[in-house]
Amino acid sequence: MDTAEKFDDKAPGNMKLADQIEGEQAMDETIRYPDQTVGTPYVDNPKMRMRDVEVFYGEKQAIHGVSLDIGKNEVVALIGPSGCGKSTFLRCLNRMNDTIDICQVKGNLHLEDQDLYDPKLDVVELRARVGMVFQKPNPFPKSIYDNVAYGPRIHGLANKKYDLDEIVETSLQKAGLWNEVKDRLHSPGTGLSGGQQQRLCIARTIAVSPEVVLMDEPCSALDPIATAKIEELIAELSESYTIAIVTHSMQQAARVSNRTAYFHLGRLVEMNDTDTVFTKPEHDLTEAYITGRFG
Amino acid sequence: MSKTTEQVRKSLAKRYRAERRFKAFGVGAIGFGLLALVLLFTDIIGKGHSAFFETYVKMEVTFDQDTLDISDVRDEEQLNFANYDGVIRNALREEFPSASGRQEKRELYSLISTGAGYELRDLLKDDPSLMGKSITLWLLADDDVDVYVKSAQDDRLESRLSDNQKSWIESLEAQDRVELQWNQSLFTHGDSREPELAGIWGAVTGSFFTMLVTLILSFPIGVAAAIYLEEFAPKNKFTDFIEVNINNLAAVPSIIFGLLGLAVIIGLFGLPRSVPVVGGIVLTLMTLPTIIISSRAAIKAVPPSIREAAMGLGASKMQVVLHHVLPLALPGMLTGAIIGMAQALGETAPLLMIGMVAFIVDVPGGPLDPSTVLPVQIYLWADSPEQSFVALTSAAIMVLLSFLIAMNTLAVFLRKRLERRW
Repeated sequence: MDTAEKFDDKAPGNMKLADQIEGEQAMDETIRYPDQTVGTPYVDNPKMRMRDVEVFYGEKQAIHGVSLDIGKNEVVALIGPSGCGKSTFLRCLNRMNDTIDICQVKGNLHLEDQDLYDPKLDVVELRARVGMVFQKPNPFPKSIYDNVAYGPRIHGLANKKYDLDEIVETSLQKAGLWNEVKDRLHSPGTGLSGGQQQRLCIARTIAVSPEVVLMDEPCSALDPIATAKIEELIAELSESYTIAIVTHSMQQAARVSNRTAYFHLGRLVEMNDTDTVFTKPEHDLTEAYITGRFG
Repeated sequence: MSKTTEQVRKSLAKRYRAERRFKAFGVGAIGFGLLALVLLFTDIIGKGHSAFFETYVKMEVTFDQDTLDISDVRDEEQLNFANYDGVIRNALREEFPSASGRQEKRELYSLISTGAGYELRDLLKDDPSLMGKSITLWLLADDDVDVYVKSAQDDRLESRLSDNQKSWIESLEAQDRVELQWNQSLFTHGDSREPELAGIWGAVTGSFFTMLVTLILSFPIGVAAAIYLEEFAPKNKFTDFIEVNINNLAAVPSIIFGLLGLAVIIGLFGLPRSVPVVGGIVLTLMTLPTIIISSRAAIKAVPPSIREAAMGLGASKMQVVLHHVLPLALPGMLTGAIIGMAQALGETAPLLMIGMVAFIVDVPGGPLDPSTVLPVQIYLWADSPEQSFVALTSAAIMVLLSFLIAMNTLAVFLRKRLERRW
């Protein structure tokens, strides 16, 4: 029962939040909405290019005309109050929204030259290029080794046991988990602590060598020490991967990201260099949010 | 003391009373259930335990070549059709020479079961040198004798036996020549008109083949249907309609499935009557809703985070199902299947319709041999007039119940064993 509810929380939950936002909107009427995103949402030669993205849950529109770029080897943080559509937007980037029947995505989304919503595109291939780490650590109820080896196995990345062992080892090393688990690779992944589980999930994601890693509030279920480790890890990973991270913690966004996008009520209000966003935000809504007036 | 605290105290006492009341109801309900169970078991065991032993009478038997009418001891044909009953009658006449006249002799001969001759035949087949010799043997007694021997002194007055028979048995008892022995035939024979020869083995094998067919058909079909409905089917009016009808199917009286089997499987497709294959197909129809519903519940209980994780890595829908959903849902599916099978094992009504209620003596050798099943055997015996069948019925119920308990234990064990935590 419990799990069935969880399954549904992405769709109707968001709609509920949308109702809530309509109430909030009245409160914020003093601050004028921008007609266009302020700041610099576009970069030269981007890894991912999104234009006029609109997302609907049935009748409700969750995202209104969001356009932004994610540069190569860049860490982009998506921040904003609950229900502002940042998670929904993130899930468009590897088409995880496909699983929700009533969800509809419009607009142009490109990974380099590949149109993400091209009907000819195999979503399996896309997800091998754009990996995802979820809010709650969700290792498979299998051994640590099998967790990491699952992706390479289904994509046929390693033909020999030796190659697979190597992929597992390097992935765990990159995720900073190797030293902690090398002696118990065949014990269940679910037996690890929360922070270790999340790093295991990151290792599992990078084992298929994706180009982009999406992280949906990866630290919200972790304690501060585990969070610090993951943040360190994100900084290291940004050398070889492009990362988009949704976070509720503004400190975290400030610590790990190069650029920050501020979402409000399904609109992208401002996107700028992280320093700029947190020190001299261009838009009043952004300022209101980062100074803690709402959210 | 503030007003709130006072109010809370008052309502607390009320809440605790409600809680105690509820607990008492719960204990009462469980107690009632247990009492019913205990009554059921004491009744069945009390009636049935005596059927596991049968009365044997010690006799000196002479393998007389003339009486047996055998000229060559090595001739199988002659051995099979020899007059073993004659030998037993001789022994009885020798023992009680006072019996005279047709009526008394018939009474004398009916002390020993008609099945006792087979024992002599087997002995002679194993050892032809017995021909012409006299040996002392325990011979299977007739069912009326069995009832008489087993009943308490007071009940003996009500016996169907004649006074002559009673005095013969009592004289044998006085010589310690009457004994209760383990009832082998109960677990090796098929049905019989003679209670002392009747066994449940035919019904047990019939049940086994029927269950086998049911399991082979219903588990894969049920699981496939559940996976399709949960994971692949679009959510629309049509699938809603299917779902409602699966639930309806679970509520259809089982005898309707029997009528369907009779009309379609036997009538239209021309499969033979009384065979486990047809029984299995009919019980499959009956079991499918149970398996589909429990399998769907098991699939629903798989955490969506596991699905998302696999999909996020680029697993296809099929891989998500085969690698993650199915292994995690399997314990629940198996439990549902076993409970469905236990239901099917105890089912009688639909099998009556397709002719599995026939009197079948031979133990079936395969799913296409005519046979009956345990619950139907119980029904048949409960319907038989001989007094010994009362105990046999209860004994068969005990066997059926132990199978059901074993299956349910297996279900619990499997669930505990395969269940994974996440």
